[in-house]
Amino acid sequence: MSAPATFTLDGRAIAFAEGQTILQAAVAAGAYIPHLCFHPDFKPHGSCKVCTVTVGGRHAASCTTRATAGAVVESDTPAINAERRALVQMLFVEGNHFCPSCEKSGDCKLQATAYDLGMVSPHFDHFYPDRPVDASHPELLLDFNRCILCSLCVRASRDVDGKNAFALAWRGIRTRLIVNSRTGKLADTNVTAADKAAHVCPVGVILPKRRGFATPLGRRVFDLKPISAMADASAAVALAEAGEPRRDRQSDGRLP
Amino acid sequence: MSYGLENAEHPETLRRVAIDPVSRVEGHGKVTILLDEDDKVRQVRLHVVEFRGFERFIQGRPYWEVPVMVQRLCGICPVSHHLAASKAMDAIVGTRRLTPTAEKVRRLMHYGQMLQSHALHFFHLCSPDLLFGFSSDVARRNIVGVAAAHPETARRGVLLRRFGQEVIRVTAGKRIHGTGSIPGGVNKSVTREERDVLLADIYDILAWSRDAVALVKQLHGQDPALYNSFGVFRSSMLSLVSPGGDMDFYDGRLRARDEAGAILFDQVDYRDYHAHIREEVKPWSYMKFPFLAALGTDKGWYKVGPLARVQNCDQIPTPLADAERREFVDYSGGAPIHAPLAYHWARMIEMLHAAETIKDLLHDDDILGDDLVSTGERAREGIGVIEAPRGTLIHHYRVDDNDLVTMCNLIVSTTHNNQAMNEAIRHVAKRYLSGHKLTEGLLNHIEVAIRAFDPCLSCATHALGQMALEVTLVGADGGELDRLARHGDGTTSRPAP
Ligand code: SF4
Ligand code: FES
Repeated sequence: MSAPATFTLDGRAIAFAEGQTILQAAVAAGAYIPHLCFHPDFKPHGSCKVCTVTVGGRHAASCTTRATAGAVVESDTPAINAERRALVQMLFVEGNHFCPSCEKSGDCKLQATAYDLGMVSPHFDHFYPDRPVDASHPELLLDFNRCILCSLCVRASRDVDGKNAFALAWRGIRTRLIVNSRTGKLADTNVTAADKAAHVCPVGVILPKRRGFATPLGRRVFDLKPISAMADASAAVALAEAGEPRRDRQSDGRLP
Repeated sequence: MSYGLENAEHPETLRRVAIDPVSRVEGHGKVTILLDEDDKVRQVRLHVVEFRGFERFIQGRPYWEVPVMVQRLCGICPVSHHLAASKAMDAIVGTRRLTPTAEKVRRLMHYGQMLQSHALHFFHLCSPDLLFGFSSDVARRNIVGVAAAHPETARRGVLLRRFGQEVIRVTAGKRIHGTGSIPGGVNKSVTREERDVLLADIYDILAWSRDAVALVKQLHGQDPALYNSFGVFRSSMLSLVSPGGDMDFYDGRLRARDEAGAILFDQVDYRDYHAHIREEVKPWSYMKFPFLAALGTDKGWYKVGPLARVQNCDQIPTPLADAERREFVDYSGGAPIHAPLAYHWARMIEMLHAAETIKDLLHDDDILGDDLVSTGERAREGIGVIEAPRGTLIHHYRVDDNDLVTMCNLIVSTTHNNQAMNEAIRHVAKRYLSGHKLTEGLLNHIEVAIRAFDPCLSCATHALGQMALEVTLVGADGGELDRLARHGDGTTSRPAP
């Protein structure tokens, strides 16, 4: 049998299977390329552009670009990282990301990516959009302030849960996440806390209610290592969430 | 790649300054003094520009975020807000009783905070005035000056504070803005290693805390006339005490004494605070003036903080601090002490009590436990009260069935002491400023009086360290005669009137 086809990522040979994109192959090989809207379980969406690399010197979104044998892919360069940093800064100012009081802090891919890219300030003017939370669902909170429009929940609800509960509405700068129910409220969908859609959000939008800050500082996913040390941070976050100690151990009374 | 900032080669170099409402909310104090024809002081007012946006900001947020979010309210004692909000949220999640581990870890956090805040308040912010004199050379009147003249005192001040911060780090996860306390309990306990590291230092901390009390006593002894009279006024006092009447910073019931020391009310469930404490609005101040309902607006204002607590309790439940308390009470023959500078003495007694309590808690294996949270039947209203370093702190919330906060009311220590600080600076202005041109030294006399209560009006303005203060002198004709400003960085300037 012939050796598998490879391309080089920053000089390292990465093997790939026919049909894989550059990012899929990199994740499978344990190599890190920054990304936010990509998740190995879903079809790539190609919207955040944080996964941008150069292939033979030309910019391309690595999550949607097919891997080809012998391609020369550059990712971890000062120039590309500066561009990524600017993208992440724009995501920060487009929403309301107040990390110090966000329970996703330390487990958030946006924050971890920003740290890793050396972002020290939001740089651009804040938009301060007005986005009320949707707390109607008994088990889940939607805090739209933090949505980066990655569409992972849309894909998870449609492709895995078969519920089609979320959608990105409008276009361009007005794009926003909506809930697909008559009232627009999550309570009026059949979404449950067990759904895949409830666990894919890379930031702190879709949250289990009443868990809050149950994980102490020092034991959150990105307290332990930077995101660049994890090719597939989504898996690490999911694992941490699954292994989360229940915080409602009862010493008196019923569930809160 | 193209991402909207068309044509700019390096957008990151084209810095635009974003006005961040979080970093912009720095309050400040302002004093106006009115003079008559003979340059006699006729009116003195302290206006604190308090940041009240928080109450609005928190509305519509999920309740479990609140204990972390509220820490932004104070630059010096964020843990007080962390814990007061947690106590309120305990009520929301129906916790009738914390697990022993949760209660003790929270106490440890709070007493660590008391230690670090009192050390900062006394050594860093006040000892320069007390050691060198209120109008001594301003270049030297700071912690660096203290370090040069009294290196051991300064060193201990720094180490006492650092120890308190370590206690906070171990219990809250971080020295500032940790997450350790959550509705119904805590998210971590203390490990054996962490405990042993703290135990290795606690006996030095205890010894230095005793020395700190001795230092304040010595200062009082050197100039009793000044210490007993500077800015003095009489008022009622308010604090929590334990069910047995002991000093307790973390929990208890409300007790108030009148200016002669007689008990006005005792063992009041703090959930009924609004039946006993009302707030008056005055047209000239943004900050409200709380008063004891039973005594009315004119007579009902009161002091909170160390001076109130040390005299309000029947005893301090640790031996060294209680011996110091008895000496303090004896100093005035049993009559209540109202002198603002006695706050420092009381504060150091409290720091000693905090050190003793930390020592006891470190020897208690419950802090190592893993039963962290208890919850019960959900409630829609929660009130948490705690004794913060600068005094009683009240947090009050309502939460709807969807878990969102619908109402938030906070009464912070600075607000409780609003009228008291006004009275103190009136006394000081009358005595030291009448007929004089404003100098930095005179301005500092006003600050010394405020700082006895509150180092930088921090509870209301979220400041850390130096207080931003402006004093304006207004003549009989209404024209501004003089104005002196001290900025947050400690420099003073004379802005054009
Ligand atoms: S809610 Fe989360 S998963 Fe859904 S689009 Fe927004 S950021 Fe992505
Ligand atoms: S990860 Fe490729 S565009 Fe978002």
